Amino acid sequence: MSVQTPAAPLEEIPGPSAFGGGRRRFVDLVWLLATTDFKVNYFGTALGYVWSLMRPLMLFGVLYLVFTSVFRFGDDIPNYAALLLVNIMLYSFFAESTIRAVGSVVNSENIVRKMQFPRLVIPLSVVLTNVFNLCLNLTAALIFMLATGVEPRLTWLALPLLVLPLIALTCGVALLLSALFVRFRDVGQVWGVLTLVIFYGSPFLYPVELVPASLRFLLLINPFAPLLEAVRRLLVDPAAPSIVERAGSVFGIIGPSLVVVAVCAVGYVVFTRAAPRVAEEL
Amino acid sequence: MSASGDRSPAIEVEDLHKAFELPSQRLNTLKERALRPLRPIDYTQLHALRGVSFAVGRGEFMGVAGRNGSGKTTLLKLLASVYRPNRGRIRVAGSLAPFIELGVGFNPALTARDNVLLNGVMMGLTPREARRRFDEVIDFAELQDFVELKLKNFSSGMSMRLAFAVMVQADADVMLIDEVLAVGDASFAQKCTATFGRMRSEGRTVVFVTHDMESMRSLCDSAILLENGAIDTAGTPDEVAERYFDLNFTGGLTAPGSARGEESSAGARITDVWLEDATGRRVRGFAHDSRIRLAALVEAEDEIEGPGFGFQIRSPEGAPLVGTPAPALRIGGRSDRLAAGEQVIVRATIANPFTPGNYLVNCSLSQRGNAFDVVDQRNPATEIVIWGLRRAAGYVELDWDLDVERGPAATASREAAVE
Repeated sequence: MSVQTPAAPLEEIPGPSAFGGGRRRFVDLVWLLATTDFKVNYFGTALGYVWSLMRPLMLFGVLYLVFTSVFRFGDDIPNYAALLLVNIMLYSFFAESTIRAVGSVVNSENIVRKMQFPRLVIPLSVVLTNVFNLCLNLTAALIFMLATGVEPRLTWLALPLLVLPLIALTCGVALLLSALFVRFRDVGQVWGVLTLVIFYGSPFLYPVELVPASLRFLLLINPFAPLLEAVRRLLVDPAAPSIVERAGSVFGIIGPSLVVVAVCAVGYVVFTRAAPRVAEEL
Repeated sequence: MSASGDRSPAIEVEDLHKAFELPSQRLNTLKERALRPLRPIDYTQLHALRGVSFAVGRGEFMGVAGRNGSGKTTLLKLLASVYRPNRGRIRVAGSLAPFIELGVGFNPALTARDNVLLNGVMMGLTPREARRRFDEVIDFAELQDFVELKLKNFSSGMSMRLAFAVMVQADADVMLIDEVLAVGDASFAQKCTATFGRMRSEGRTVVFVTHDMESMRSLCDSAILLENGAIDTAGTPDEVAERYFDLNFTGGLTAPGSARGEESSAGARITDVWLEDATGRRVRGFAHDSRIRLAALVEAEDEIEGPGFGFQIRSPEGAPLVGTPAPALRIGGRSDRLAAGEQVIVRATIANPFTPGNYLVNCSLSQRGNAFDVVDQRNPATEIVIWGLRRAAGYVELDWDLDVERGPAATASREAAVE
């Protein structure tokens, strides 16, 4: 027998879990999975990134025509085109991340069943890939804004801060859905419908002031309401009233924040509880 | 365990239990759950492991054998932290690298470089370590020219080499290996064997799950045999291999699932089929260069006219390889008949051209001098294990005379032949 390395002590193995393997490894893995996925998506096809920009642009084109030429309320809103485009970019990020996250754990079956690694990295890396995408899309949107004559403001720099709660919410939903999908395979269908409800039920297309007073209470729990209002104020229309003024109380911001925190907490708990057994239930 | 007595343990497993809950009626959509909210879900418990304990010494190469469904893979996945045990404790000294399958997590859309880095990080390296190891992996796989090629453009042999190189370079204190030898061609298997030999001499601790008793005997210091989720035997690889064959070919050494032909109209049966060595002792197989001795016991209940007997050796897939000369071996003696109540033992000794592996033996008993008028048959009657370390392409090895002519002399001799 050759020389032995100094004896490492016997230690209990970690077992499968949502985390495990140290913070460093966790971060490395999320980053690496997201960047490789990004590479595959955008360098794998001939037109690459163009396609992922085309989807929100097409949606934007159709909606813009409908709401400025058919329903004609867009005309009354300052910089409606720019606002709509940014909103659609934000929505695309949320919808694509969550829809792709739903099946992510199940689709990674081959590694989940054969390797020990922190399970949480799978849905999180999906979200991170879409964050990269969002950055590119928002840059494109800002260029569009400049091109259409929106005056650049210093407040634009606060946009990344606004995106943070959106990313948090997206992560929470991604964790919840990907864990549920392991047991309930129709979560994907249900979520496909719900994303549409969220799109039309949140002020992506229309400004908050068009929501009738009888439905305003919904804004108190919709995380997108304060977010989109803030985006509007910061980017295109500083004169627009803040969400707190709009809702008539400070709950306009507290309510939705609580929803974000609750979604993240539920997603986290559900995922970490499911993680140790995921490999057996696929 | 004999070999581990003087070494400190690298793996210690105590009283490991693992049960899988299989829902008898699977409610796997929200819709079903919503329609039947109160319905309790019945689970059938499948006990994959029941109280397994063992220790592997530092630098020990331990084999894990067992029939299909005996819990080998479950054990490996528990060790690899893929499953969580219901009860019991697993302790490991140092880092651990599982290889339950070659090339796990390889993404065909990525280049070889990206795949190696990704796989390294998945296995627990930091990105920097993974990059540092990259060159060694590529050198070992001999794929220097294809680093930037996407994996989907690799031949299956090339991706196999890459996957194996990743495994070899993993450099963990403890490695778990599941039958990777089973894949790939002979030269690849050869390379695997050499690599495992090197791991041994480096003093790496390895848990090696295999069906192949020959590689277990040649590689492992110790072994355990799992049966029904518990350790049936723990000891030397020889003891375990012996017991493994016993379990596989129980009761008169016939295969457990041995299929009988439809009940014969005439009353005579093949009641026992076995293999024996030169001294008449029953065995389970033969070394690959020693003659094969087959024996069968035929019992006639009624008188049988013109009895014939045939042995046939088939490949594991069931393709016939050799058989007794047609039509059938006459076993009725001078009177060409078996009297009621008579017993006959038929023995055949044949040359053994077979390469190591498992083969099947079929037997048939016919009457009226017609090999197709079958009275009784057993397909398969038993299994023959041919052991040996030689690996060759195909089932049989025959003498070859090979000759290579090179250089001007060869040209000259060809020209001479043309003239």
